[in-house]
Amino acid sequence: MSATNTTQSNDQASRTILLDKVTKHYPGQLKPAVDGLMLEIPAGKIVMLVGPSGCGKTTTLKMINRLIEPTSGRIMLGDEDVTDLDGDKLRRRMGYVIQAGGLFPHMTVAANIAIVPKMLGWSKDAISKRIDELLDLVSLDPALYRDRYPKELSGGQQQRVGVARALAAEPPVLLMDEPFGAVDPITRQRLQDELIRIQEEVQKTIVFVTHDFDEAVKLGDLIVIFGEDGQIVQYDSPERILAQPANDFVADFIGAGAGLKQLTLARVRDVQLADPVTASPGEKGADVLARVQQTNHDYVVITDGRGRPISWLSRRQLSRLDTIDKSKNPDLPLVAEGSTLNDALDAMLASRLGAALVTNRSKALVGMITFDIVMKSINQLRADVQTADDESPVGTNTGSPEVSEVPND
Amino acid sequence: MIDTPRREVAASGTTGRSLIIQLAAILLALAAFAIWVATANLSSTERATLNSSALLAYTGEHLALTFVSIIIVLTITIPLGILLTRRPFVRASGTILAIANFGQAAPIIGLVVLLAFWLGFTFWTAVVALVAYAALPVLRNTMIGIQSVDAQLVEAGRGMGMSATSVLLRVELPLAVPVMLSGIRTALVLVVGSATLATFIGAGGLGLLITTGVNLFLPSVLVSGALLVALLALFIDWLGRVFEHYARPKGL
Repeated sequence: MSATNTTQSNDQASRTILLDKVTKHYPGQLKPAVDGLMLEIPAGKIVMLVGPSGCGKTTTLKMINRLIEPTSGRIMLGDEDVTDLDGDKLRRRMGYVIQAGGLFPHMTVAANIAIVPKMLGWSKDAISKRIDELLDLVSLDPALYRDRYPKELSGGQQQRVGVARALAAEPPVLLMDEPFGAVDPITRQRLQDELIRIQEEVQKTIVFVTHDFDEAVKLGDLIVIFGEDGQIVQYDSPERILAQPANDFVADFIGAGAGLKQLTLARVRDVQLADPVTASPGEKGADVLARVQQTNHDYVVITDGRGRPISWLSRRQLSRLDTIDKSKNPDLPLVAEGSTLNDALDAMLASRLGAALVTNRSKALVGMITFDIVMKSINQLRADVQTADDESPVGTNTGSPEVSEVPND
Repeated sequence: MIDTPRREVAASGTTGRSLIIQLAAILLALAAFAIWVATANLSSTERATLNSSALLAYTGEHLALTFVSIIIVLTITIPLGILLTRRPFVRASGTILAIANFGQAAPIIGLVVLLAFWLGFTFWTAVVALVAYAALPVLRNTMIGIQSVDAQLVEAGRGMGMSATSVLLRVELPLAVPVMLSGIRTALVLVVGSATLATFIGAGGLGLLITTGVNLFLPSVLVSGALLVALLALFIDWLGRVFEHYARPKGL
């Protein structure tokens, strides 16, 4: 299983969640909404529950914190059986984030975040310190935002406070119910990136419900795909689901462009980049041209004193220059190391050079990415999935005992 | 940050101004009335009825009727309204609302007189009639106020581990306050107006001026009574609005 954060005390460390043959049968309905679900959610991972509406994904999530009481089955949190624990007490140990943040409009940001710590009897100082810490974590300036009311925040900011509130008492588990469903696409993307960053820091076990498969691919370490009748159709890593959909339903659900979606899984920093020829302002045009010809390149990247690319010149442009000047081209195709291959491809397509420059955090040039490199890494990704013999956690729907075996594909 | 925060300057400025205008108008009308009483050429009967200590006594009775009724209304209907929004009791809400509706739909004058034959011609009979009459707006607004709290917020509260009671006290009720207050204000104004009818069963109040004016054909007394009741109603409404203005939870 994954490495848990060992520096934290026992309750704060992320924990594995195990749903053991959990069934929910709503009164008055013929078929159970969730039937004999066996699902293991490994500690410290983000597990995405996706599927069409009414597939039982939200019911499954709410049974974990018992907002919905399961009809039968056990729920384990680490080694602890929490099925019969007092629901309110259990929920105080699990962060819960809903659409649009669910902030209480009559309480300030600070008061919203303080709710769970207060119920747990934290001291005033500890709570106040924690509020500042959390606002920093979600990139909101505490001095500016502590005392604001939710209506004085944008949708994206409200959602961030919602995440901060859920993390307030350091729960080992974070449950998110379509949290980013109500924000505009640009904000949603930013919140997703933010969540990835926060997760790197806090390493919680996160269960995330969404109906957006792209969101699942982007955020998930693992994805559970539910079918229309509440059955788990596939439970696997995004890479493997994209490369080997379990059946037509999953293939349909992934939709067109599975190949393109795979590009969102690999990051620029993970691929072998090409080394462009570089030069600095002040060098002689002819010298640089000679260097470019020697190395069989067509272009040269001009970088400033701190290694930041300022322009990208062709042989033709070089031959016309006496000395290289400092003029800056604002339209350079730049991508960050942390960007996905999808972003890189987008930048390449937008540039007329069919390549993009990769920069690090301080915007200095680290290399160049080309179509060839992207193609190669896709092939590599596919090959990896074929040979990978990586153990998947349990996730099935039968009530039979042999499900504890690792399914192999 | 692209998603810029919306700092809203609440429209409280306009509310504040309208509150001041309302109070000024009431005081102005009252002053005009006082000047008229002092200077007008009134008969001795009229003067006896409209002397200031008598007017104060009628107003006192009127206010006593109003506030005793309202306090009883609040103590009955607010808990009842809350109860009727809790899951086990939701089914009863239709019946209870129908009864409250009947209380309001029945003509208050008939209610007062009929009750008097049953309960006697007293202050408390008038109070019972007024309570029946004013219960509906408070009951209905309490229920609507709570029901209109976003279900997502209730779920967020439960999802964080707040008990049902804690969600009620810390989320649902505070958010329902504005709607509840406007129901209470409506009830207050209804009661001030209707308390005029208490005079028919000898329970006092400013209505006495009106009946006296009618019975003895003294138009100045009749008009004075009507004016004072109207001003009192407007003043009570003003008090309610001031209270609403300050009791409204911040952030809404």
